[in-house]
Amino acid sequence: MIDFTEEQIQRYSRHILLQDVGVEGQERIMNARVLVVGAGGLGAPVSLYLAAAGIGRIGIVDADEVDLSNLQRQVIHFTQDVGVPKVESAKEKMLAINPDVQVDTFHEYLDSSNALDIIRDYDFVVDGTDNFPVKFLINDACVMAGKPFSHGGILRFNGQTFTHLPGTACYRCFFKEPPPAGAVPTCSQAGVLGAIAGMLGTIQAAETLKYFTGVGQLLTNRLLTFDAKTMQFRTIPVRQRPSCEICGEHPTIDHLIDYEQAACDLRK
Amino acid sequence: MAKIYVNGEVQEVNLPLNVTELIKANDVQQPEMVSVQVNEEFADRNEWDSLQLKEGDHVDFLYFMGGGSYKG
Repeated sequence: MIDFTEEQIQRYSRHILLQDVGVEGQERIMNARVLVVGAGGLGAPVSLYLAAAGIGRIGIVDADEVDLSNLQRQVIHFTQDVGVPKVESAKEKMLAINPDVQVDTFHEYLDSSNALDIIRDYDFVVDGTDNFPVKFLINDACVMAGKPFSHGGILRFNGQTFTHLPGTACYRCFFKEPPPAGAVPTCSQAGVLGAIAGMLGTIQAAETLKYFTGVGQLLTNRLLTFDAKTMQFRTIPVRQRPSCEICGEHPTIDHLIDYEQAACDLRK
Repeated sequence: MAKIYVNGEVQEVNLPLNVTELIKANDVQQPEMVSVQVNEEFADRNEWDSLQLKEGDHVDFLYFMGGGSYKG
């Protein structure tokens, strides 16, 4: 049992006041360890809300530095941070919001050589990455390690997310394998409305807090999708696939895979 | 005419109709960026041509979504 200080009681009062959370739920949040992969459009709101909520230990993985083109949606980074490693920029803002939080930074790419080692120390993983090779890597590593995770994807005016717990549908159950590297949207077709990242990221943060507090029903075996053009939200039932290559009855994948990544650079 | 449900919305279609034809009829720009479920069961890409749809089927197109930017 954590002895809450007066300051903590005040800081977390709006959680503690929630009947479903209370002091016990807040304590679970403060004992939680969450890994956020990607300090970009999704990772920004996720990290800010998790730090504000008092998640005890938050790891952030990102190899990139802040670029001017990030600021349209990656709200954890400010103009003055351009050129700074994203993990450092993110850590500074998280600690400014809540000095109680421990922030671990991983200024590197997540790949098959380090994924299991990094994930091991955390209770829940949030996928805030922008590419399919890493999304499949996170899925496979979490399934192998028995870790729950929140998947998130955004494109143009759309977003989608689901939550995986061991024994429920994984990303491969309904997406099987990454699209061919040459097939991802070309630069002119891609792009994203900045606020979409906030809409989706805050859903992922809420799922993370629900997981630790045990409140409500998680987005397991359900893929939530929305189209901000119409503001229609839809929850599509998905199932664990018995033939799934990683979580099925006879898994055929026994090691992590580094898929080829499609390249797209607006400056070219 | 038969009724099937695509992404939750009813469509009137002529049978026989397979998944590949339905994707074409729905003007899906990049079929390789879509995963398909028929009646909540995953439909493998290499079965789209042979998978015949029937009255009342629920088909979902699930789109691959990254993060809005692709950096090499």
